[in-house]
Amino acid sequence: MYPTKYHKPASLEDAVAGLRSAEDGALLAGGQTLLPTMKQHLAAPTDLIDIRGIDGMSGIRVEGDVLVIGAATTHAEVAGSSDVQAAIPALAQLASGIGDAAVRHMGTIGGSVANNDPVADYPSAVLALGATIVTDRREIAAEDYFQGMFMTALEEAEIIRELRFPKPRRAAYAKFPNPASRYALVGVFVADTAAGACVAVTGASESGVFRHEGLEAALSGDFSADAVDGVEISSEGFMSDIHADADYRANLVRVMARRAVAALG
Amino acid sequence: MTNVNLTVNGKPVRRDVPDTTLLSDFLREDLRLTGTHVGCDTSQCGACVVHVNGKAVKSCTALAVSLDGAEVTTIEGVAQGRELHPMQAAFNDHHALQCGFCTPGMIMSGIDMVNRYRAAGKDLDAETIRHELEGNICRCTGYHNIVRAIEDAAARIQGADAPAHAAE
Amino acid sequence: MTEGIGARVKRTEDRRFITGKGKYTDDIRMENQAYAAFVRSPHAHAKVTGIDRSAAEAMEGVVAVLDGHQLTGDGIGNIICGWAITSKDGSAMNMGAWSALATDRVRYVGDAVAVVIADTAAQARLAAEAVEVEYEELPAVTNAEKALAEGAPQLHDNAPGNLIYDWEIGEEAATDEALAGAAHVTELPIVNNRVSPNAMEPRSAVAIYDEADEHYTLYTTSQNPHVARLVLSAFYNVAPEHKLRVVAPDVGGGFGSKIYIYPEEITCLWASMKTGRSVKWTSTRSEAFMTDAHGRDHVSKARIGFDTEGKIVGLKVDTIANFGAYMSLFSSAVPTYLYATLLSGQYDIQNIHCNVRAVYTNTVPVDAYRGAGRPEACYLVERLMETAAREMGADPAELRRKNFITEFPHQTPVIMNYDSGDFHGNLDKAMAAADVAGFDERRKEAAARGKLRGLGYSCYIEACGIAPSAAVGSLGAGVGLWESAEVRVNPVGTIEVLTGSHSHGQGHETTFAQVVADRFGVPLNSVSIVHGDTDKVQFGMGTYGSRSGAVGLSAISRAMDKVEAKVKKIAAHTLEAAEDDIVIEGGEVKVAGTDRKMAWHEVGLAAYTGHNLPPDMEPGLKEGAFYDPVNFTFPAGAYICEVEVDPDTGVTEIVQFTAADDFGTIINPMIVEGQVHGGVAQGIGQALLENVVYDDAGQLLTGSYMDYAMPRAWDTPFYTLEHNTTVCPNNPLGLKGCGEAGAIGAPPAVINAITDAIGDNDLQMPATPQKVWRMIQATQTPIAAE
Repeated sequence: MYPTKYHKPASLEDAVAGLRSAEDGALLAGGQTLLPTMKQHLAAPTDLIDIRGIDGMSGIRVEGDVLVIGAATTHAEVAGSSDVQAAIPALAQLASGIGDAAVRHMGTIGGSVANNDPVADYPSAVLALGATIVTDRREIAAEDYFQGMFMTALEEAEIIRELRFPKPRRAAYAKFPNPASRYALVGVFVADTAAGACVAVTGASESGVFRHEGLEAALSGDFSADAVDGVEISSEGFMSDIHADADYRANLVRVMARRAVAALG
Repeated sequence: MTNVNLTVNGKPVRRDVPDTTLLSDFLREDLRLTGTHVGCDTSQCGACVVHVNGKAVKSCTALAVSLDGAEVTTIEGVAQGRELHPMQAAFNDHHALQCGFCTPGMIMSGIDMVNRYRAAGKDLDAETIRHELEGNICRCTGYHNIVRAIEDAAARIQGADAPAHAAE
Repeated sequence: MTEGIGARVKRTEDRRFITGKGKYTDDIRMENQAYAAFVRSPHAHAKVTGIDRSAAEAMEGVVAVLDGHQLTGDGIGNIICGWAITSKDGSAMNMGAWSALATDRVRYVGDAVAVVIADTAAQARLAAEAVEVEYEELPAVTNAEKALAEGAPQLHDNAPGNLIYDWEIGEEAATDEALAGAAHVTELPIVNNRVSPNAMEPRSAVAIYDEADEHYTLYTTSQNPHVARLVLSAFYNVAPEHKLRVVAPDVGGGFGSKIYIYPEEITCLWASMKTGRSVKWTSTRSEAFMTDAHGRDHVSKARIGFDTEGKIVGLKVDTIANFGAYMSLFSSAVPTYLYATLLSGQYDIQNIHCNVRAVYTNTVPVDAYRGAGRPEACYLVERLMETAAREMGADPAELRRKNFITEFPHQTPVIMNYDSGDFHGNLDKAMAAADVAGFDERRKEAAARGKLRGLGYSCYIEACGIAPSAAVGSLGAGVGLWESAEVRVNPVGTIEVLTGSHSHGQGHETTFAQVVADRFGVPLNSVSIVHGDTDKVQFGMGTYGSRSGAVGLSAISRAMDKVEAKVKKIAAHTLEAAEDDIVIEGGEVKVAGTDRKMAWHEVGLAAYTGHNLPPDMEPGLKEGAFYDPVNFTFPAGAYICEVEVDPDTGVTEIVQFTAADDFGTIINPMIVEGQVHGGVAQGIGQALLENVVYDDAGQLLTGSYMDYAMPRAWDTPFYTLEHNTTVCPNNPLGLKGCGEAGAIGAPPAVINAITDAIGDNDLQMPATPQKVWRMIQATQTPIAAE
């Protein structure tokens, strides 16, 4: 990789200051996406700000009806947490299917949400559950946060501190992995919430994670697998690549949505 | 250059390395522990898996400087002297390796998964093992004997646990 | 005997691998070592109009920046293909020039144009990016059919129309006539997809030049270090053979990709001389996808005809083989003598004709990959047989049985003379183990779960131990394909065997020792196998084409014959008995029917003290042999694959895979089973997942594991294996070979199972979920307009 300077600040303020003073700084949260990208010479930050030394950045707690997960909490910690399993089991299940066991020991929820890779798993849960992204300076609602692939509402030198997930009545995630990378070729997160049915789709759209209004409307009336069948899934704006064209992805959205709902019994 | 202190296979080590040094390079080039292999550049093959603070990680996807103070175990540190770890023995018994290149990562991942499932009190059956091997690619064995070896090692380690529980 | 032939002995080489003590090329570090990084073409086809090295040369740690003009100026020769194929019009094949570093033109993405030598690998890589190469882009072509078309971009001036050769085998008129008179003809387009070998250890080289002795040493990831030395010396002019040592230490898999001598190894040796430094290069996986020889990539049209009884009357095949940008070392032989000669399969076919056109494209060179030609032949024949059976309403197993060859030797119309086999027996065993009788029930049960279940057969035959040398020479081979061995009995009775075979996962250190232990009745741990070093082993042709057993072990066996003869002479002399009365048993050398005997080590000691040897006998106990086989060997088997397809997603799950193989004598069943497991997994990979994809501009779209789908544990099943042994009559141990069978036999079994499940025969590999789903949609959804 290109030369870079590593920093491990002890406070959020120092991390923000470090990012501000760097010529081209990047946050290091788990590094499972950033480091491979740097190894391939596709990214060349002058400074790496490791947020894992900051007190309170990792950990899971329940505050009433809200599950709070620190940004530097690893996928393995989320997957194995009894709090997560009790509050939102679908989130634990989603985390247990990210990457592989070794990646899950390092990769973090904050890193994934900040990167907003269009084929990542977490954004679908954050969006479908209507989570709140808490940063060093403000709170951002999920629906305002995701702004297209690799694009978010985060400002310069803004750092995610934690994610707050309101508990849904029930939720499930179904993923169809890319046969090569094993990222989501399509992932559908369905949540039965106080605000109605929420369905977020990852992996499919050229605009990144999105909510599927047709599926939400169908499920709001009848939260059952059969309700999914009548919904038209347009492939417009869907990605096409050597693994799946837009039409096949559209089919997978329906099939994964159906399976996610069916898993709820 | 940044000074890095680690405990590797039980021994303290200290080196000045560039910030860009990956743990895999630190082990292979600075410590000359060449049992940790590098088989890809996209963090997928798993030949480089080691344990950091008791957990499997891909050493090609971690900066050495970020692990200052950590305990690292590599394939060279798994056996007790001449006595093989049950996972190593099971790989030999079941012919779970051919060219041997992916083997260190397979064994380190195998030990990690057995540890995790034991800690969680969950069974590690063949289907689960296949899922857990998501991040380890082997081109020689067709996985049949690797899955069998990990199953067997899990049983051996579980068996070794049993008398200890009985004695309590 | 618990350690001899047939014993399931645990591998003795394992300990170093499971403890992290293996010694692979990249583990080697020399004093004064520098690192090479290559400057590679980002274009599939371009003229090189200028190279500006100044920025790179000024960078920290840079020792040298070297280019192709310097390389050719120093007399380094072009990379060659070692097997001359003659076109049907009598003309020689059109081999385009391939310089290790391109001088004026690049022909695929990844083609090397310069090399940077620097103190560290990171410095070399950064400096390589700073070398400014000026290109004038040319139109590119990646598809072989398009490359043959009029107006296609031309790669080499001496290959008009991008045609390397237009070759044929068999009688065309007779085959046409037979097909014209056939009661049923099945016709299929067959694509054998391009795959990347992906040995888990990337290629690596450490080159060391000793100026004082003008001597070179190359540590490298090779399946055949002696062949590497021969070619580096005789063709690439790096150094004369006696001034060049090639060592292939532990090698992490090959599958064909490490047979060849690539530009990088040549360049490292030359750069070591130029810079006075030891030079190391280790490929990244991304470089491996761009530079390791790919496999397969055939497009064929095939027609097979049957009479009213279901007997095959003729087979006609037209194949286009994509060779990539240059002719790799054995590339020319793969789609000719390793492919078309196997088109008779396990069947008695009197009329076969095959035409093969080999074509240049702007892609990575293509060469032998596990199976090399035989998988392409087997896939074609077995897809045809299954499809024909379905078209004729016949049972696929019965149609095969009706056409099986049952008498041996059997001469096919395409050169091969099958020496032995039991094709009915193989199929019987496979069908019993796979419970074919219960399949209908399983299919119904799957249907109730919403799954499409299918069953497919593959009755493969292949040819191993390519030989004899005189025959392959007459067909154009540039080398002989024998093997050498030396058996050294030490004064204390321990034995070292030096072999020209090379183990890169095959377990020779165990199996070869088993054969020696078996022969002399000595403990396995008193035998060691030495291989992979041209300074130790006199010569060898290496390991590929499943030849180590059939050819390599035969050489060892011949050398042991000579040792045995000398041992008997010494014992007869010492024990005052007739030579014919001496027997070797259980580590003792005895006079039959008496209690007179010598311990094995006493004979060794006697040979080396020389105190009491027969008159005129030289001291010592060391014998060598060069073994040249009289024929190929012919492993064969029956594979049955059962799949379940999810109609909603098109995902195929392999629910059962049964292999019944005839490998001749089996030395270590455990290791043989491991070879089948691995081969079948590669076959499943090719059938379901793997595919090298270039876009039309020649950019490689599958350049890492992010896009090239490797079979993982979850993609593969537990395999059910059976053996049905007929001994090979033509070599001392009766061995046929087992290394490639799985990769040869598996793909058609998988595809035949899927096409059975979905009821559509027109499926090409890889059967990705998207492709299968779309076919299901097409067959099961009524057309809206109707």
